[in-house]
Amino acid sequence: MSIYDFLTMRHELLLTLIAILVLIIDLNLKPSQKHYIIPIVQVLFLLHVVIGFLPGNEGVMFGGMYRSSALTIIMKNILNVGVLIILFQSVTWLKSPDNREKISEYFILLFSTLIGMYFMISSGDFLMFYLGLEIATIPMAALAAYTHHQTRSAEAGIKLILSSALSSGVLLFGLSFIYGTTGSLYFDQVAEVYSNSSLQILAFIFFFAGMAFKISLVPFHLWTADVYEGAPVNVTSYLSVISKGAASFILIIILFTVFHSIAYLWKDMIYLIAILTMTVGNLFAMRQKNMKRFLAFSSIAQAGFILLGILGGNVTGMTSVIYFVLVYIFSNLGAFGVVSAILAVTGKESMDDYDGLYATNPKLSLLMTLSMFSLAGIPPVAGFFGKFFLFTAAASAGYYWLVLIAVLNATISLYYYLLVVKAMFINKNETPIAYFKSDLPTRIGLLACVLGIFVLGFWSQIYEIISSLSFGIVNF
Amino acid sequence: MNILSLFVLVPVLTIVAIVFTKNMKQTRLVSAIGMGIQLVLAAVLIFMYLSERNAGNTATMLFMYDAVWFPTLNIHYTIGVDGISVAMIGLTAIVVFAGVFASWMVEYLSREFFISLILLSSGVFGFFISLDLFTMFLFYEIAVIPMYLLIGIWGSGPKEYSAMKLTLMLMAGSALIMVGLLGIYFNSAPDGGPLNWNLMDISKITIPIEMQRFLFPFTFIGFGILGALFPFHTWSPDGHASAPTAVSMLHAGVLMKLGGYGAFRVAIFLMPEAAHEQAWIFIILTAISVVYGAFGAIWQKDLKYINAYSSVSHCGLVLFAVLMMNETALNGAIIQMISHGLMTALFFALIGMIYGRTHTRMVNEMGGLMKIIPFLGVAWVIGGLASLGLPGLSGFVAEMTVFIGAFQHTDVFHRVVTILAASSIVVTAVYILRVVGMLLFGPIKNEHFLHLEDAKWYERFSTITLIVSIAAIGLAPLWLSDMIGFSLGPIVQKLTGLPFASLF
Repeated sequence: MSIYDFLTMRHELLLTLIAILVLIIDLNLKPSQKHYIIPIVQVLFLLHVVIGFLPGNEGVMFGGMYRSSALTIIMKNILNVGVLIILFQSVTWLKSPDNREKISEYFILLFSTLIGMYFMISSGDFLMFYLGLEIATIPMAALAAYTHHQTRSAEAGIKLILSSALSSGVLLFGLSFIYGTTGSLYFDQVAEVYSNSSLQILAFIFFFAGMAFKISLVPFHLWTADVYEGAPVNVTSYLSVISKGAASFILIIILFTVFHSIAYLWKDMIYLIAILTMTVGNLFAMRQKNMKRFLAFSSIAQAGFILLGILGGNVTGMTSVIYFVLVYIFSNLGAFGVVSAILAVTGKESMDDYDGLYATNPKLSLLMTLSMFSLAGIPPVAGFFGKFFLFTAAASAGYYWLVLIAVLNATISLYYYLLVVKAMFINKNETPIAYFKSDLPTRIGLLACVLGIFVLGFWSQIYEIISSLSFGIVNF
Repeated sequence: MNILSLFVLVPVLTIVAIVFTKNMKQTRLVSAIGMGIQLVLAAVLIFMYLSERNAGNTATMLFMYDAVWFPTLNIHYTIGVDGISVAMIGLTAIVVFAGVFASWMVEYLSREFFISLILLSSGVFGFFISLDLFTMFLFYEIAVIPMYLLIGIWGSGPKEYSAMKLTLMLMAGSALIMVGLLGIYFNSAPDGGPLNWNLMDISKITIPIEMQRFLFPFTFIGFGILGALFPFHTWSPDGHASAPTAVSMLHAGVLMKLGGYGAFRVAIFLMPEAAHEQAWIFIILTAISVVYGAFGAIWQKDLKYINAYSSVSHCGLVLFAVLMMNETALNGAIIQMISHGLMTALFFALIGMIYGRTHTRMVNEMGGLMKIIPFLGVAWVIGGLASLGLPGLSGFVAEMTVFIGAFQHTDVFHRVVTILAASSIVVTAVYILRVVGMLLFGPIKNEHFLHLEDAKWYERFSTITLIVSIAAIGLAPLWLSDMIGFSLGPIVQKLTGLPFASLF
């Protein structure tokens, strides 16, 4: 193995380097200068994102435990873009007096989880996959409890670590069955011998249950709302967008490459879970008044739509899922960005507080409206294309009734997304949130979302690139 | 640049220009100019279309343009028009233009109002020029969604309820459409080969009959919801009653036609075999729409409700005619769409103007308005007479053609249903004359009404535009039906020759 081989792992290595660098720089900063770390991290991460996009090596390392292909690279790049936006959006919050002491901790924890997700996506065997999953999860709990002096945040951290530990346990149990029955942990070897013996089916169910926890699919979603509400909003956005996106990526890769021989079994299961997830997520989202809780349930419903793409079980399915996650990153971060901007300045996070927002803060309201429309799948914004292609994938496998249920669910979701629009544009308020001007980083973060929401849909090139990369990964 | 693309581009540019305006006067001026250009473009398009046809161009679709959008899914941006779409584009241009003048005095958030209104119109134009099912669906949804804000912000009465009801019902309709379109796409190449979304290409093949049976109801009901198909019409009265004037005009005048046009262009044209088998169900439903809408209008006292129910009746007639699937009836359906679009827009405009003066829309609180505001009164009578089908105005031509077409079916079922539907003409006459009598004649019930002013210049402008168009179709229907007739040829060829399944 030469030094050159390490370029295959440039995402992981570079980010590890950045994380260590942040730690060192932080040690040398005086307490009053701690916030200088923010622009440094932004620049470093921006460089990392750019380097990530440079054409790079593909290949297998560590005897097949680590795999890098054009597809995994684009998945990592998609996550990178999302994280970059989050870094910009969280500046105001990080500078607040409560957090001034521990700014660099936020970045280090964030990057650690991201490294974990990289390894998870690139894993070529279940051991590496599990390692990545754990690296991604444990710092996440620390992040959720970041503002630990607030009871809710501490509670969120505990809830996240407990439910994650449980789900990891379940998953690990499943993996042990897989190893026991196939004698291997490598994806390729497992895939060759996997069949429908009852022990192997049980192993699969455990594995899937563990993943369902991470993506918060119904009935494994119960931790989501509390954690999302309790955690600081910039962590919540990270949880709901990046973490969920990464887990969806690896789920679809493993389902398509490892468990394709029992596809006929998991398709029925996912069919049911998709319906449950969409419907339950929607029904609960309707009644939420807290914006973070509201977005939590809406993101549960969105996860249900992702399952439709997985059900497609072909190149269209793969492409549509990756494309949807990309679109979802921008739409959801747009919504979270507005919530975070308002929360950082006014401390308000209830939907009622948004009444009459358009009169005082028209730009924020418009961005929120765009994000809501994009999440609901209304043209001409990107969310429409994302959803449409997911439905196309499901229809390509002949699931017309499921598509109908999904589209009707999308209509129901439109109801609660419109409630937010209604609050901002139509409801009257004696004391609306006063006009305020966000600082530059926040505005950059929001602008990036606007661009993404508008451009991604019409710019078909992106879809085509993802589609061309998805060929070959699908084995059936 | 292709002339058809301009129909989407001009509204978009107008919206961009409106963003930079400073006050209401500039905003409405820019809107009027933008939509004026659009109207001129429509006139140019009609002229160009006719001269192409006179020059002997027999292609089904003219001014075609095609650009690949998503190659892997074979999604294209394909546009092109035949006589039917040209007629619909003309209608839309007229109604939007009149609508801008009818909302001349919108002061509250006027920029946002005109942006939403014009965004809606760009969706409608886009829908009528699209030949690619994906693009068509995209534009369809663009046309529906601004309605929520338009009714919710600028509406009256229980506007939030109505706006939500309307939006959700129409989006549920588009959910059905989406399933239908996906089904069509995945069955667009039954003999192998690439799947495609192109309307004209799909019309050349036969979708497997069992898939047609499954997909036709989705597609037809989906579009039918927007066309006020019974029992999915309930969004219409509430929505129209709460909407501001121009939005009612646009919605009843143009948007509901998207339903009829889509049901005809997509559902029936692409799946004629299933359409023949299942037509009887929908013929019954549409006949109920026609009669029920007319009776509903009799009971109402609110002018907007009256007109909304009347729209349910008239749009029901469009779907009714479309389901008859012969040349005469289809011709009638298209003329009915245009005729109803114009006269309902006229009605809603007049209702808005009268309401702006009397501050009530209840017929029983008004009376004798003809003496006070003669211009509006006369315009109302003209609209009313067109609506009840007086010869010389557009309504007569349309309804006559529809019923002749429907009567060409010789079996008992079609005859009975046609007679029932035709009875709505009488009911229509009852409610129209009743309203005219109560509103315009008789004693003046409220002395405040004595000082009302007659129509302002912009109101006259809006009204006259519509009246002239109505009279033009009524007096010279032949050029319109020629234009439509030529394009109906290939469609009818695909539809006829198949037996109807029916009850009797």
